[in-house]
Amino acid sequence: MFLSGNEAFAHGVRLARPGVISAYPITPQTTVVEKLSEMVADGELESDFVHVESEHSALSCAIGASAAGARTFTATSSQGLLYMAECLPYAAGGRFPIVMMNANRSTALPWNIYGDQRDSMLLLDSGWIQAYAEDGQEALDLAVMAYRIAEDPRVSTPFMVNLDGFHLTHTYEIVDVPDRGSADSYLPPYETENRIDLENPRNLCFSAGPEFNTAFKEGEHRALLRTRDVVAEAEDGFLRAFGRGYPGLVDAYRCDDAEFVLVTLGSVSGLCRDVADELRSEGVRAGVLRIRYLRPFPSEEIVSVLKGATAAGVLEKDISFGHAGAVHTNVCSALFSGGVSIPVCNRIGGLGGANISRSDVRRVFADIARGERDVAFLQGGPA
Amino acid sequence: MTRDLSEQEFFLGHKACAGCGGSLAVRIALKALGERTVAVLPAGCMSAVGFNFPQLCFGNNAIISTFAGTASMMTGVLAGLRARGEEDFTVVGFAGDGGTADIGIQALSGAIDRNDDVIYICYDNEAYMNTGTQKSSLTPFGASTTTTPAGRVIRGNTSEKKDMFGIVAAHGIPYAATASVGYLDDYIRKVRTAASIRGTKYIHVLAPCPTGWGVGTDATVDYARRAVDCGLWPLAEFRDGEFSLSRDMTDPGALPEYVRSQRRFRHLTDADVEHIALARDRRWEQIRRDWTVPGA
Repeated sequence: MFLSGNEAFAHGVRLARPGVISAYPITPQTTVVEKLSEMVADGELESDFVHVESEHSALSCAIGASAAGARTFTATSSQGLLYMAECLPYAAGGRFPIVMMNANRSTALPWNIYGDQRDSMLLLDSGWIQAYAEDGQEALDLAVMAYRIAEDPRVSTPFMVNLDGFHLTHTYEIVDVPDRGSADSYLPPYETENRIDLENPRNLCFSAGPEFNTAFKEGEHRALLRTRDVVAEAEDGFLRAFGRGYPGLVDAYRCDDAEFVLVTLGSVSGLCRDVADELRSEGVRAGVLRIRYLRPFPSEEIVSVLKGATAAGVLEKDISFGHAGAVHTNVCSALFSGGVSIPVCNRIGGLGGANISRSDVRRVFADIARGERDVAFLQGGPA
Repeated sequence: MTRDLSEQEFFLGHKACAGCGGSLAVRIALKALGERTVAVLPAGCMSAVGFNFPQLCFGNNAIISTFAGTASMMTGVLAGLRARGEEDFTVVGFAGDGGTADIGIQALSGAIDRNDDVIYICYDNEAYMNTGTQKSSLTPFGASTTTTPAGRVIRGNTSEKKDMFGIVAAHGIPYAATASVGYLDDYIRKVRTAASIRGTKYIHVLAPCPTGWGVGTDATVDYARRAVDCGLWPLAEFRDGEFSLSRDMTDPGALPEYVRSQRRFRHLTDADVEHIALARDRRWEQIRRDWTVPGA
C-alpha cells in the first residue's frame, strides 16, 4: 500500500488490536490518530477510542487501561510529550507495557511544528524503551514488534516508537501491510498478572520508602537491560512470520572495514548511507552506524563497530544545551567504558525541521576524517 | 442506613491521623459499593496513608493515580476492564479538594464530557492537608492556611470557596450530590443512588480535618454536622437537570460559633464573620428560589 509514515504506523497498531486507545491531537501526530479513529468507526479495529482532554490524560488513561490488563495505545509529539511527561516514569515504574508513537518535533520556544528529536531526548531517562524508525515499513513493523517486546514478561516496560516529524510521519512510500492472520499468530493477546483483578483484589501503583525503593528501580533497570535479548528474539520471530528481518539495536552499513563512521538515527540515515556510498566510490572507507534503539542503549554493538575505526562522528537532531547532543554523550560514554579511544565529533542538525543536505553530510564526513572532536551546528536551511 | 452496611472492611490498617474525615468518607463509600469496586486515588492524603509497600490497606482493587489524573485513570480502568470483557464492577475515585477543584478539574471535566460510567467522590477537607494545610480553591473565605496565614495585613484566605457542585452540574452530569460525613445516612444513600445510575456521577463530601482545621480529633463528625446545620454546607442533589435540597438549614444562628471555635478562623474579626454569614444568606436565597426544597 502507498502510505504515509503515520498511516503505516496506524496499520501496525490495527494489527496489534489494542483494546483501548486514548489520544489527544497534536501536529504532526494527528494523522495517526485520525486513521485509527477511522478504523474504529468503520469496524476495522475493535477498540475503545477515548477522546481525552489533554496528553496528560491520554497517558494517565492508558496507564489505567493497562493496569486493568488491556493492551493500550497512545500517540503524541513535542509539547504534548512534555505535557504528559509526569506519566512516563509513572508508566515505567508501574511496569505497564503501553506502546506510544511519538512524532518527533521541535520544542518551543521558538514555536515550531517541524521535526527534530529534542522532545524524545528529554524523556530518554523516563524508563521507556525508545526506538527510532527510519522509514514507513520500519514504522509499521515496529508498531507490531513493540507490543511483543514490551509485553514480554521479562520486559513489562512501556515502549516509545519515534518517527521523525513530517520527514517520516507525512512522507508517502510503498509499505507492505501484513495480513491479520500472521499478525495474530505473531502477537498473542496480552496476558499479565500485573493488573487489577476483580476476583483477587490488588493494590497497585503504591508508595515504597527508602528501604524498598532501590529494589523497584533496579528492577526497572534490569528489565530494560533484558530487553536487548527480547528484541533479538522478537526480530527473529518477525522474520519467520513476515519474511522481513531487522538487525537488532543498531544497523551497521559498510562498517566492517570502515575508517570513518558516521553514527546517526532516524530518517536522515538513508541520505547518510548514500553519501557513504559516494565516498566509497571515491576511495574513502566510510560507514554509517544507525542507532535503532536508544534505550536500552546498544553500548556493546557501538564498541564492537567503532573499535576498528579511525574516527567517528555523531549527527543528531537535538542538543543538551551547555554540553553536547544526547546521542553523542551516550556514544562517547560507551566508547570510554569499552576502552575505545578515537576522536568523535558531534554535529547538530535538522533542528526545527531544517534540511540536512547531501553536502552537509559530506562535510560531516570530512570533519570526521580530520579527527575533529568538537560540537558544532550545521547551518540548516528550509526543509 | 448505616445499620445495613456491609460488615466487611475495605480500608483498614492505614495510618491516617486520628479523627480523619477523609478516611471515614472512603471507608463508608467502599462498604456501600462492595467488593467489586476499583478505587482510584490520586497522590494525596488517602494514598499517602494507605499504600505504603508492603503495608497495602485496600481490601478491594485500588490504585494510585497521578495528582492531576484521577478522572483520566478512572476512565482508563473502566475502558480496560470492559476491553477484557469484565462486567458488574464499579470504578470509584476518591480525590481531595485540591486534587478535584484545582489540579484535577480538567481531567474531571473530560470524564463528565464523555459521560464515563464512574463515581467521582471529592472528599473535601478544605485545604491541601497532606502537604501541611495549604490553600486550595475549596478553602473557605477567611481560613488561615500555611500559604494564606493570618497576617497583620491579610487575614487568611481572601477568595471564596469554588462551587464545584454547580460546575459539575453545568456539564449536564447525570447525577451529582453534596454530602457530609456528619450525616452518614444521607451520604450512603447518595453513594448508592450514584451506583444505580449509568454515566458519570459526582459526590462532594465534606470531610473535616482536625489537624488542619484546629478542632478536637473527636469532633470531626460534630463539625461536619454543624457546617450543614448552620447553612455553610447545603446537602443537595442534582438529577435530571434539577437541583433539590436534601436537608434544610436547621440552625443558622450557630454560624458564628461554628466558625470561631476552629483554630483556622480564630483571627477573624466580627466583620469577617458577618461577611461569611451574608455570603451564606445570599446562597440560600438562590437555593430557595431555584432548587426544589423539601416542605416548601
